[in-house]
Amino acid sequence: MPETAAVSIRKLSKSFDGTEVLRDVSLEVQTGEVVSILGSSGSGKSTLLRCINWLERPDHGDIRIDGDRIGVSDSGKPMSRRELAGMRARLGMVFQGFNLWPHLSVLRNVTEAPIHVQGVSKAEAEERAMALLEKVGMVDKRNDYPYTLSGGQKQRVAIARALAMQPKVMLFDEPTSALDPELVGEVLGVIKDLSKEGYTMVLVTHEMEFARAVSDQVVFLDKGIIIEKSHPSEFFVNPKTERVRRFLELEVPVA
Amino acid sequence: MSNWDILWSSYDVFLNGFYNTLKLFGLSAVLAFILGSGIVFLLEGSRPRLKIPLRIFIDAMRMLPFLILAYLLYYGLPSAGIRMSAWTAGIIALVIYHGAYFAEILRGCRATFAQGQVEAAIAQGFSQPKMFMRIILPQLILKTRGLLGNQLIILLKDTAFLVIITVRELTAAASSLSSTYFIPMEAFIVVIGFYWMISIGLELLIKMIGRFGAKRGFENA
Repeated sequence: MPETAAVSIRKLSKSFDGTEVLRDVSLEVQTGEVVSILGSSGSGKSTLLRCINWLERPDHGDIRIDGDRIGVSDSGKPMSRRELAGMRARLGMVFQGFNLWPHLSVLRNVTEAPIHVQGVSKAEAEERAMALLEKVGMVDKRNDYPYTLSGGQKQRVAIARALAMQPKVMLFDEPTSALDPELVGEVLGVIKDLSKEGYTMVLVTHEMEFARAVSDQVVFLDKGIIIEKSHPSEFFVNPKTERVRRFLELEVPVA
Repeated sequence: MSNWDILWSSYDVFLNGFYNTLKLFGLSAVLAFILGSGIVFLLEGSRPRLKIPLRIFIDAMRMLPFLILAYLLYYGLPSAGIRMSAWTAGIIALVIYHGAYFAEILRGCRATFAQGQVEAAIAQGFSQPKMFMRIILPQLILKTRGLLGNQLIILLKDTAFLVIITVRELTAAASSLSSTYFIPMEAFIVVIGFYWMISIGLELLIKMIGRFGAKRGFENA
């Protein structure tokens, strides 16, 4: 019996107003694995990521987190809000636009969900938050408010906020796409550290060099279909399809 | 004895009226705000059956002169067998009327609220009520504080209408002193002073909320 995958996606399909965005997508992410989803804009990669924590509801197929199906309860009925919230708490999500809560300080952005969703005591949540802010290099800014931070700092806080729920899997939706070029490195550095610590991560990104360096598996989506799935050493060096070869020529400067 | 001396000798009438106005205002303001926030919460999410009646309620209140609502509750409802004290009728009128306005102010701001923040809360497993109370409502208050402040001042001034349905508030105190001693000018000048006092207090409260918001980057909202 194989070990249960951290995320298991089977035959996922999703359409928006008749336009098919994902078709029959299947993907397994093992515990401790880093999977990068690549593809051009509109290929469905963000939608795929957002289906994993049910921010988008797939039309068909199923998604399991550690073996438990999300969105549909055992009886086959749609999950109640409460059940869904419980499943979502197993997943940490980092967005392109940071989405910090501006009325709360950095520290409270990180402690808010542990206290009010998980019911952790304030002291414990703060202890946990301080350790995470330390990890992302934002301890000094703990009492500042988000509007005073740079994009890179905001994203590091957002990563700490997602980690504070102690999720099984971290989901990153183009975490550096909204950043000035000189701020990309500090965020990628944090994500890289997490990969070394063994976090399970699914990453939608346009940073090819980075994907190559951190991923255990690279998935290429084209018009809603996975057309390649391989190890980065294979994917970047010896792509199987013409489509990926063209994509890589445009995205990765020739070394 | 000058007119002002007459008023001074009846300061207890003013104080009693002032106390009643404060009580009316404070109670109605809190309840109206809770009602308004509650309506905006119910307008969130997936309750289409509630949406239409709530919108009708909000629009109906906004299109109705407050005085007529107060009349209706106090003088009209008894003919339908519902009898309330002047206080109860007055407070209910203030709460539902201004609750609808608070709802409209907050709803307008909610419509422009960044969806990403809501998604971040959903992704963290927040329940709808908790997300509303902890993430959405505090920001709506910070963003609409100017409009909320105006509405509170209008609410304060609307308490004066309740003299007509016999509530013994501040305007009633001035009105009764002015007709007893026939000194309308002085009596009403004194109550203007009292209304100003409460309004200045409200302005200070809004300024405090403003400073709280400015610290968090909400100054241009």
